Amino acid sequence: MIEGRALTLAEVVTMAHGGGGTRMQDLLREMIFPALGGQTLEAAEDAALLEVPPGKLAFTTDSFVVKPLFFSGGDIGKLAVCGTVNDLAMVGARPLYLTLGLILEEGLPLDDLERVLASVAAAAEDASVRVVAGDIKVVEKGKADGLYVNTAGVGVVDPGTQVSITGALPGDSLIINGYVGDHGIAVLKDRGDFSFEFQLDSDCAPLAGLVSEMLIAGRVRALRDPTRGGLAAALKEMASSSHVSFVLDEPAIPVREEVRAVCEVLGLDPLYVANEGKLLAAVAPEDAPAVLEAMRSHPLGKDASVIGAAAAGKVGRVSLTGEMGSSRLLRMPSGEQLPRIC
Amino acid sequence: MRYVDEFRVPAAARELLREIDSLDERGTFMEVCGTHTMAISRAGLRPLLEPRIDLISGPGCPVCVTADTDIDRAIAVAKEPDVILTTFGDMMKVPGTEDSLASASARGARVRVVYSPLESLAIAGEEPGARVVFLGVGFETTAPAVAATMLEARRQAIGNFHVLSFHKLVPPALRALVALEDFEVDGFILPGHVSVIIGSDAYAFLPDEFSMPCVVTGFEVTDILQAILRLLKMRRSGAALEVEYSRAVKPAGNPKALEVMRRVFEPCDAQWRGLFTIPGSGLAIRPEFAAMDAGTWEVELPEPSGSAGCRCGEILCGRIKPMDCPFFGGRCTPDAPVGPCMVSSEGTCASYYLYSESEGPDDRGEGADLG
Amino acid sequence: MCLAIPAKVIELEEPGLAVIEIGGVRKPVSLMLVDGVAVGDYVLVHAGFAIEKVDEDEANKTMDLLQELARLEQEAGFDEIR
Repeated sequence: MIEGRALTLAEVVTMAHGGGGTRMQDLLREMIFPALGGQTLEAAEDAALLEVPPGKLAFTTDSFVVKPLFFSGGDIGKLAVCGTVNDLAMVGARPLYLTLGLILEEGLPLDDLERVLASVAAAAEDASVRVVAGDIKVVEKGKADGLYVNTAGVGVVDPGTQVSITGALPGDSLIINGYVGDHGIAVLKDRGDFSFEFQLDSDCAPLAGLVSEMLIAGRVRALRDPTRGGLAAALKEMASSSHVSFVLDEPAIPVREEVRAVCEVLGLDPLYVANEGKLLAAVAPEDAPAVLEAMRSHPLGKDASVIGAAAAGKVGRVSLTGEMGSSRLLRMPSGEQLPRIC
Repeated sequence: MRYVDEFRVPAAARELLREIDSLDERGTFMEVCGTHTMAISRAGLRPLLEPRIDLISGPGCPVCVTADTDIDRAIAVAKEPDVILTTFGDMMKVPGTEDSLASASARGARVRVVYSPLESLAIAGEEPGARVVFLGVGFETTAPAVAATMLEARRQAIGNFHVLSFHKLVPPALRALVALEDFEVDGFILPGHVSVIIGSDAYAFLPDEFSMPCVVTGFEVTDILQAILRLLKMRRSGAALEVEYSRAVKPAGNPKALEVMRRVFEPCDAQWRGLFTIPGSGLAIRPEFAAMDAGTWEVELPEPSGSAGCRCGEILCGRIKPMDCPFFGGRCTPDAPVGPCMVSSEGTCASYYLYSESEGPDDRGEGADLG
Repeated sequence: MCLAIPAKVIELEEPGLAVIEIGGVRKPVSLMLVDGVAVGDYVLVHAGFAIEKVDEDEANKTMDLLQELARLEQEAGFDEIR
């Protein structure tokens, strides 16, 4: 604790912290600016003035309401940075700047806020982005589940880079960068509702670095990060948007044993479970071996696998071929996947 | 995973398919367990077995055959201000007359999804100011677990734990089906986990009184294919009851679980959605446990709409196909289902719907996965 | 209605409670519906309860049968090549 600090970590967020007055200034000066750093933020202008390199501007927004705030392998802060960075990476952009909007619930321990801010800072550094603008609001106890985060992200797409969810072509190889279902099951474990005990971290990670290695290695035509709705939603969306069908080799989709076990017990399908550090890529088939190798040499792609291929055929149709050679059709998830007994 | 992975042997499944094929027999078989329906769909078995073998989904999903008036009652209970309704996830999206638990929850009713009735009991302990109601749905696999939880509630003197029982029994439903005049099914694939509890002897009436072949079956593809092979062989050797799922099912079942179930529940008549009232096919909470029975509460129920025109009953009995129902694909879709065949994501109608909307003229070359 | 999964009993706690393990995942389950469960036994778990012990002899018989079928399938494959 720094001498003379107006805040102490024993305190909690109060309505006054959002009031625009001295308490809010205390929060900014003693907690937010030190954590996130940077001249742009500390200049405290109403808007950030930024240099933008040449190329197309990529712009995205996202909101984060995860419960619990802190989970194995991350927290809402890390999630906010990675989620936003990944949206930019999926269009082939180099992420540059983020905004951070915080909606704090009255009563949130300042200690928790400090931990989240430290995570944001670490994740931003890891992803080579800067938080350049932000906002704080405080709402009454009972709202915001502790903390909600909203972000916007800006990046730039180098001229000559062409990645789009509409870009997959028949014959393209479909590649995933690792195990699916980790994030959703880690968070489920940490919510504690079902008394499961096991080791698993969320896969929350920033993917821009992996994507740029992939783009150098070969023609990556389409990308999608499978977040809510899982890999299934990403497959359906990409197949539809690209006007192709997909045929997947189900045994080739990597799923951890723990994820499989929890899903078996609760009647969940790992393909519909959320991820936060995964990407689905459609790659020109001739370039697939090179792209795969580039991925496997990167820490976030060491378990990368080819899981299927795009084909002509009924637009949006995604079929999974099982071990026996028979196949099933994948349907678009219609909302939250719930545990079942039937 | 032990005792799971060893039963997933693709080469054995292929061999079973080959043996089924070489028998050169036809048959229409009905499975009566939602989990079997799911397993068959997931494995893409139907197209591999057609046209000689037809697999029909019977009224085996206890969630989907819950009457809409029962769902209405659950929703009405959930809307009571001091009630927390706890339920298996399966029930959340099932439509009642006006509403579903999911939409009632969105409108402010306190509804929580649990994996076990024991979690519901724990919630009752943590929320002394609330009346916690567990929505009891399921066949004999689940009823003993709910009964055990109620006994535990009594033992721990947890007075704010209640149950709404819409549990159903399988043998009376089978009896009602088999007795139907035009029931033309050549054999039953019987539910493995219900049978763990009630024992295979409970089905002896099927071959004995109705000359109906049946096989108590596990849930892996190899289990199901073995059952089909045995049912086909019975077409020549005569109707019998066989147990394929011998690693879990005994002739007398699990007497302890049955005793627990019978201590708390007694048979009653029950309405099966899309079908009719089947005598003795439901489980009611015994009078000694009336204090825990949320079914006795006075709640306001909406006027039943009577989904007149819904032909699920005939589909569930294997008499017609989804396309023959006038509601199919129009009034009744997976997003706005009328009857159980569409409510269940793997139900007959929901499956047909999914496959029919995914077929196109260019798909012919894909082989096995033609729906 | 029939989702039950085999799991290994790794600990017995207070009467009526066991900890099972499957695929590296541990979970407490109630033994109120089954008697005579020992550590090392495999049980079928449904809705937080053990509903029966897996009959390991029968399980082995079925597994052997499947292996035999798999062997036959391989041979048939070779026959076709010949």
